[in-house]
Amino acid sequence: MTKPESEWTWKELPVGNVILEPGNASSYRTGDWKSFKPILNKELCIHCGLCYIFCPDMAYNLDAEGYFISDLYYCKGCGICSKECPTRAITMVVEEE
Amino acid sequence: MAKRVGMEVSIAAAEAVKQANVDVISAYPITPQTHIVEHLSEIVANGEMDAEFFCVESEHSAMSICIGSEATGARSFTCTSAQGLALMAEMTYIASGLRLPILMIVANRTLSAPLSIWNDHSDAMMIRDCGWVQYFVENGQEVYDHVFISYRLGEDRKVLFPVIINMDGFILSHVIEPIELIEQEKIDQFLPPYQPLHQLHPDKPITMGAFALPAIFAETKKAQEVALRGSMPKILEVWKAFGDMTGRYYQPVETYKAEDAKTLLVTMGSIGETASVAIDKMREQGRSVGLVKIRLWRPFPFEALKQATLHAKNLVVIDRAVSVGGPGGPVASEVKAAIYGEVLRPSIYNFVAGISGRDVAPIDFIKMVDKAEIEIEEGRKDGYEIYGVRE
Amino acid sequence: MIENLNVFAVRTLTQKEYFAPGHRSCQGCAEALAVRLVCKALGRNIIIAAATGCMEIVSSPLPFTSWRVPWFHCAFENTAAVASGIEVGLKVLMRKGRIPQKKIVTVGMAGDGGTADIGLQALSGALERGHDFIYVCTDNEAYMNTGIQRSSSTPFGASTTTSPAGKTAMGQITWKKNMAAIAAAHNIPYVATACPSYPIDLIQKVKKAADIKGAAYIHILSVCPTGWRSAPDLSIKLGRLAVETGTFPLYEVEHGRYHLSIDFPKLKPIKEYIKLQGRFRHLTEEMIEEIQNRIQREYEVLRERAKRGF
Repeated sequence: MTKPESEWTWKELPVGNVILEPGNASSYRTGDWKSFKPILNKELCIHCGLCYIFCPDMAYNLDAEGYFISDLYYCKGCGICSKECPTRAITMVVEEE
Repeated sequence: MAKRVGMEVSIAAAEAVKQANVDVISAYPITPQTHIVEHLSEIVANGEMDAEFFCVESEHSAMSICIGSEATGARSFTCTSAQGLALMAEMTYIASGLRLPILMIVANRTLSAPLSIWNDHSDAMMIRDCGWVQYFVENGQEVYDHVFISYRLGEDRKVLFPVIINMDGFILSHVIEPIELIEQEKIDQFLPPYQPLHQLHPDKPITMGAFALPAIFAETKKAQEVALRGSMPKILEVWKAFGDMTGRYYQPVETYKAEDAKTLLVTMGSIGETASVAIDKMREQGRSVGLVKIRLWRPFPFEALKQATLHAKNLVVIDRAVSVGGPGGPVASEVKAAIYGEVLRPSIYNFVAGISGRDVAPIDFIKMVDKAEIEIEEGRKDGYEIYGVRE
Repeated sequence: MIENLNVFAVRTLTQKEYFAPGHRSCQGCAEALAVRLVCKALGRNIIIAAATGCMEIVSSPLPFTSWRVPWFHCAFENTAAVASGIEVGLKVLMRKGRIPQKKIVTVGMAGDGGTADIGLQALSGALERGHDFIYVCTDNEAYMNTGIQRSSSTPFGASTTTSPAGKTAMGQITWKKNMAAIAAAHNIPYVATACPSYPIDLIQKVKKAADIKGAAYIHILSVCPTGWRSAPDLSIKLGRLAVETGTFPLYEVEHGRYHLSIDFPKLKPIKEYIKLQGRFRHLTEEMIEEIQNRIQREYEVLRERAKRGF
């Protein structure tokens, strides 16, 4: 895993400061920004995938049972999925500390 | 056998770009750079060269296209002057920070205002700290030669920096000189195709041009600074290799009748040839004078300059640009910085001469040496003036 | 509720993300969503040239990157020129056999400031030269990255930090610059407007742009909760309202022929769109009516064009 910026020496930087590991920012947790988190009621879910396609943070993934589930490591708690869910299957609840 | 042909220096530059198998050429017309792009567009239009040529809508875009194409691994070339260089100044810093070995010829011209198309070094001095390898050449042959030298040098993995060839506008760009053209096979051997270290391609998705927070920015700058300074041995090596191929050996600093001289003229660019005529005249009169010509401007050749100058009593440094409100001309500043640490060092008198194309004849150099020697003798050891201005 | 959106289509899309999670955009950033969808539409064989701006800052703090495709940032005003350079670089290297022949789509990406203001000259140059590339403008209607300053793409009446609503001023006093029309005036083969609130439409347009030879311009309205002073969970709804009120019509211009992607026999009142945004809070009834009338007029013109076809 890429070490944080404060640990790099000048000798270690690749020429031109290119980043050689694609998408390595995915180790960065944006999930702790949220004050609300989405909870899915699977009984209401129609598997339409709108929560998934409208998520600006790529937090939704398809699970083995065919549900789109929010990855709380990335979810910033914007609430778009809840707002856009056509069957109101997703509710935003206060994130416990 | 190499051919010696009389041709305009701008055309020689364009021929060199052709022979260097450049892939992408992007430029915007500005006097006195125009003849280079005109001739290049002809070469490409006639199918004499397999390259993409774009005459774009601004110098900023000309440099931006070179940055984009160079990042894919294509050998790229542009050229400009004065206001055009000012417009692309932003991108010159970025090309260096991204370590993209673009070649640019600057046909040096005065920066406005007042607007003037004539030659001096104010454009080059504006981007002095942009992080490119920069030299000032003295004649057309040097322009031609340095196209090959620059790509071989810049593309070397121990270097990976963009390179500027500064050539005096009109004085070089528009004159016809005898140019010894090098056979293509020799060039192909000297300059193999560019093998980029990093290149934009989906097979290896890299991120280029990430931004740096304060916690890492200083590390990026030090890496760049150490690398540019550290390219000096490579510069010497490439010049040596080129000399072995052509018999024309270049040095960061060159001297003329300087070894035993009490007073040394220090010049940069094409006025060095005129200055050498003045030196000959003064030597005939029995005066102890010599000439030091700075060819390599960045990385600055501190050691070579010291070796060439420390034995002298007086240095008469000729600048071709004004650092308005500053310590004198930029070349003099560098010379002073180079010798400051020495206990025994020459006095320096600094003239800014020949700005905006005003002629500097051999007699002017003699007058400047006369004046400097008197001023220093009388105790003004750090003088500076703009030469030849009507009071 | 969800017009022109085949819900089943979502599941047919690739699950792959080329814009990685962990990017640092604000909550509810529709610009990040727009970028995500553009990448999803194009797949891995692309190279992106990006402008300075929100999307650059949220995605590339050295030594981290959110990009799983080759991505290149240089400066603010030259995205189209850098993309031109990438396109010609690839072309000449393939022609000379130095890299294998393969379709690689070059994409320029910039915000409204980087497109309609400081980047307009470079964009015009690149469109005029006819490079084979896609230029995507993600328009959030102000300089959000530097703190919500007005751009020429800021709509009439919107309060920003440099077009504030004060005692005598009513926010932005100029009308939003019509970038898509400016792009279309270059006679390029493809121009489209899109909005991430209509993801399938957006993806289809981006794919079409990739297939077309020559320059393509896609203008994407990207709701910015931070700058628009709107609730983050309303970003999709606001985009939809922008389209439904005629504020931001979705259309294509293919080889000069106009086509409305969605036509509304009757537009929703602009008020429904405006009332959800703090940047318009100060607007008087008269100003809202003025906006309503102009939008209605402009929509009619566009509809006529689409009917005529040119």
